[in-house]
Amino acid sequence: MAQATAQVESVSDPLDHEGQEHPIKLYLVVWGWLFVLSTFSYLVDYFQFEGYLRWSLILVFMMLKAGLIVAVFMHMAWERLALSYAILLPPLLVLVFVGIMVLESDYTLWLRTIFFGTS
Amino acid sequence: MTHVAMTNTSDSAALPQGLDGIVSDWSSDQRAFKNVPWGKAMMWIFLLSDTFIFSIFLLSYMTVRSSTTVPWPNSSEVFALEIGGVHLPLILIAIMTFVLISSSGTMAMAVRSGYQRHRKTTTILLLVTALLGAAFVGMQAFEWTKLITEGVRPWGNPWGAPQFGSTFFMITGFHGTHVTIGVIFLIIVARKVWRGDYDRGTAGFFTSRKGNYESVEIMGLYWHFVDLVWVFIFALFYLW
Repeated sequence: MAQATAQVESVSDPLDHEGQEHPIKLYLVVWGWLFVLSTFSYLVDYFQFEGYLRWSLILVFMMLKAGLIVAVFMHMAWERLALSYAILLPPLLVLVFVGIMVLESDYTLWLRTIFFGTS
Repeated sequence: MTHVAMTNTSDSAALPQGLDGIVSDWSSDQRAFKNVPWGKAMMWIFLLSDTFIFSIFLLSYMTVRSSTTVPWPNSSEVFALEIGGVHLPLILIAIMTFVLISSSGTMAMAVRSGYQRHRKTTTILLLVTALLGAAFVGMQAFEWTKLITEGVRPWGNPWGAPQFGSTFFMITGFHGTHVTIGVIFLIIVARKVWRGDYDRGTAGFFTSRKGNYESVEIMGLYWHFVDLVWVFIFALFYLW
């Protein structure tokens, strides 16, 4: 049976595994970068950066970290584009929703300020 | 041995790359996702739907925060801790971030050693991942306890806008649930690796699919996703 299993393994399609065994160094480097980027994000808060500088730094570090995790840890960089596009493009539509809700909350804030005069 | 072909039907013949590849994969009148086991494709699709759930949580948080006329509590101070007499803003959250990132690192290495058929290393790495995940949940429980004793409730808190509590409990609670479920499945997968289920191809008790080290990679996808969501929560909820 063990022989048969070994046989099966070698017969099974090499394409399925190809590319998903990457050098351990790659993972360690990404791990290191995630630590560095997280430290940077923490320092943004620690040094109390304010305004656009704060928000842009937070978003840049966030996207870099997310990109590293998806591309390397989740192996998306080595998948075929048919899968990558199917998974990565739909979340972009959330940005449309973000736009709608920014307008909506501005309007709500305006109404509250006008009619309740709290600020 | 025809059963092997069930999940691995892809042709070894060179598939077109780039945009041509997308067109030919999707129009092939067969499975669209070549070279990936269906379990992996399904996990990705599940994660996509989960992405939308977390997106909507973060969106509603953005909406209530930007439409309230009451000042939002300063998260830097709310989550600050005194360690050894030193006042450190947001320190617990930073530690939780590092713990979760480390668990992602060990998970990635577990996937690798699984494909290399190193049973013992894979088991240990999976258990370390589970341990780090459990540590994360423990720290989250500590954080919740601290905030609840300070008077944070879903309908109000001592520092400002009442929506702070509801979004906090909703978002971190849902994420913590994901981590907890992940820890449970990590232990299950670790046990299967240890028993050699994936070497022998033992059928799973629930799906009765033949065991395969792809399961470790699929487990890894879920775990990395949990880490990924935390990246967004950390940036948008705690740091903003």
